[in-house]
Amino acid sequence: MAQDPQDEKPQEPTAGSEGIPAPEGAANLIDTDYVIGQDNITASPLGVNVDLHGKVFLFSSIVILLFVILTLALQDQMEPIFNSMFSFLTTNLGWFFLLGANVFVILALVLIFTPMGKVRIGGADATPDFGYAGWFSMLFAAGMGIGLMFYGVSEPLGHYGTAMGGISMGEDGLRTDWAPLGGAEGDQAGAISLSMAATIFHWGLHPWGAYAIVGLSLAIFAFNKGLPLTMRSIFYPILGERVWGWPGHVIDILAVFATLFGLTTSLGLGATQAAGGLEYLFGIPSGDITLVLLIMGITLVALGSILLGVDKGVQRLSQINMVLAALLLLFVILVGPTLMIATGVVENLIGYVTHLPALSMPFGREDANFSQGWTAFYWAWWIAWSPFVGMFIARVSRGRTVREFLISVLLVPSMASVVWMTAFGTTAIDQVVNSGITQVQDAALELQLFTMLEHLPLTTITSFVGITLVIVFFITSSDSGSLVIDSITAGGKVDAPKPQRIFWALIEGALAIALLLGGGLAALQTAALTTGLPFTLVLLVGCYAIVKGLMSEPKAK
Amino acid sequence: MFKKIMVPVDLAHIELIEPSLQAVADLARHYDAEVCYVGVTANTPGSVARTPQEYTQKLEAFAQERHRIHGQPVSTHTIVSPDPIADLDDDLIEAIDEVGADLVVMPTHPPKHLDVIMPSHGGKVATHTKASVFLVRPGAGK
Repeated sequence: MAQDPQDEKPQEPTAGSEGIPAPEGAANLIDTDYVIGQDNITASPLGVNVDLHGKVFLFSSIVILLFVILTLALQDQMEPIFNSMFSFLTTNLGWFFLLGANVFVILALVLIFTPMGKVRIGGADATPDFGYAGWFSMLFAAGMGIGLMFYGVSEPLGHYGTAMGGISMGEDGLRTDWAPLGGAEGDQAGAISLSMAATIFHWGLHPWGAYAIVGLSLAIFAFNKGLPLTMRSIFYPILGERVWGWPGHVIDILAVFATLFGLTTSLGLGATQAAGGLEYLFGIPSGDITLVLLIMGITLVALGSILLGVDKGVQRLSQINMVLAALLLLFVILVGPTLMIATGVVENLIGYVTHLPALSMPFGREDANFSQGWTAFYWAWWIAWSPFVGMFIARVSRGRTVREFLISVLLVPSMASVVWMTAFGTTAIDQVVNSGITQVQDAALELQLFTMLEHLPLTTITSFVGITLVIVFFITSSDSGSLVIDSITAGGKVDAPKPQRIFWALIEGALAIALLLGGGLAALQTAALTTGLPFTLVLLVGCYAIVKGLMSEPKAK
Repeated sequence: MFKKIMVPVDLAHIELIEPSLQAVADLARHYDAEVCYVGVTANTPGSVARTPQEYTQKLEAFAQERHRIHGQPVSTHTIVSPDPIADLDDDLIEAIDEVGADLVVMPTHPPKHLDVIMPSHGGKVATHTKASVFLVRPGAGK
C-alpha cells in the first residue's frame, strides 16, 4: 500500500538529506521583519546547549506540571469536572465538530480538482525530500497506526451488535440504543453494511481531512511563505504581525498541550493494550511493573530514534511498521474469509458513500448516542491530534504538489482504512455470524484483536506481530511527537540542540507513567479531547489561510 | 600538499568559528589551496534564511567576503536536510567526497562527558573520512 499514488508526473524520489537541491523556483514569500528564533533564549546550563522560545516553553511546561500535580493530588475533585466538561462538549457542541469536519473534507476534496492543486510545496521547482514509500509510511504511522490495531476488530463488531439490536426508546422519548442512524434490527446483511460504513466513516475521509488541512496550511506557510513551522504561522493572513506576540504564543501553547496530552494518553493506553496482549500470549502479568517497564522501553527506543533523526530513525521505523502491518493484513485476508473480504471492500465502499450524507449530517440527528458518543468523540480526538500529525506531515512533504499531497494524505490513507477495516471487521463478524464464535464479542476491548487471531492459524506468530505493531506504532508516534513539540517550543526551529528532543521524549514517558499509576489517564484523555474544541476553530482558520495562501502562489509547471 | 580545503560553517554562529576561519586563511595561502565553505540548512525556514535558496546566497556572500581576506579561490556547497541536527555528521562526511576535499578544517568543543551520548561533530567526521581533518578548539591562539 506504500505504492506511488496516481500522480500526473511521477518523479524519481530523491535520497532525502544529501546533495544540492535544485533551484527552488518561484514562491511567494510573505514580507515580514520577524526573524525566526528572535524571541528565543539560548544558553548552556551545565554544558547542555538549549535554544528555546522562552514564553511558549515556559508557559507550556508550567501549566503541564500544574495539571499533573492537580490531577494526581485532587483526583476525586478533578475527575467529575473533566467528565462534565467532556459530556458538555459532545452533547452541546457535537454539531460543531461534525460541521467543522465536513468543511475540512469538502475543502480538501475540492482543492484536488482546482488549479490550486498545481502549486508545489516549497516553490515551483522544489524536489521531494523523501521517496514515496518512506513518505507514505510516515504519514500513515503518525496518523492512525495504533488506532487501527485497537479498533480494527472492536469497532465493526460493536456497531454490528448495536445495529442488530435496533432502536430502543427511553421513558423520556430519547433513544437509549447506540445504533448508527436507524439501526438495522434483525437484518443481518443490513447491519453488517451499516456497521462497516459507520466504522469506515470514522477512519476514512474525515480524520484525514483534518490532518490534510493542518498539514497543508503549515506546509504552505512554512515552505512557500517562509514563516516558522509552528501553528501560529497559519494565522498570519488574519492577525498579521500580531502572530509574533501573545495571540501567537497562545496558539502555540495550545498546540503543545494537544500534542503532549494526546501522546501521553496514547502512550498510557497503548501500554495497557500491549501489556494485555503480553499477558494473553505469554502469561506475563500485566501489572503496574509491566506497564512501567513497557513505557520506559518504548520511550528509550523512541529516544534512540529521535537521536538518529527523521531520515534514519522515524522513517525507518515507519517503514518496518508498514511492512509488518501489510503482512498482517495480507495474512488476515488470505486465511480469513477471502472472498467475503474481497467483495466486502467494494460493498463497504459503496455502503460508505451511500451512508456518508446521513452519517455526517451535523443537525437533526436522532441517533444522539452514536453521533455524539462515537462520531463527535472521534472528531474531537482527531482534531486534537491534528496539530501533531499535521505538523509532522508538513515537515516531510516539501517538494510535493498540493494535488499530490491531498491525494496521498486524504484519498490513499482513507482507502487503506477501508481495506484494513474490511479485512479485520469482516473476519471478526464472520466468526460471530457464520461460525458462531462469540469469544471475540465477549473479550475486553484491548484483547479483541488477539481473540480474533486465536481463531485463525499461526496464532502465536500473528499475535506476536500484533503486539510488536502496537509497540512500534507507539514508538513512531512518540518520536515524531517529540520532534513536533520541540520545534513548537523552539519558535519553529527544527535545528534546535538535541538535548531538547531528549527532554520532551523523557517528559512524555514520565507523564504517562505518573498518570497511569496515579489514575489520571482518564482526565488526561478528556484534556486531550477538550483541546479539540479550540482547535476546530484553528482548523477553520487554516481552511481560510490555505485558500488565501494558495491564491497568491505560482503554479508548478 | 593540500589542494582543496573544506570548511563546514554555521552561519548562525559565525563568532564561534572565527579562530578556525583564521587557520583556514593561513593554510589556504600556505598551500595555495581552494577553500570550499559548506553549510547545512534545514528545509524549513530558520534564523539564517527563510528558504534554502536564500541560505545558498548568504553562504556565497560569506565565501566572497572570506576571499577578499585571504585571496585564495573559494567555492560553496549547501546541504539541505529535513533534519539537520541529526543528519549533520553524515551529511558532512558525504560532502567531503562530493566536493573532493583533501583537508577538512572545522571548529570543535573540548571533550566532555556528554560526548558519550552525543559525540562531537568534528570527532565523528574525523573517524569516518580518508581526508585529513584539522579540529580547532575554541579560543585557539589566545
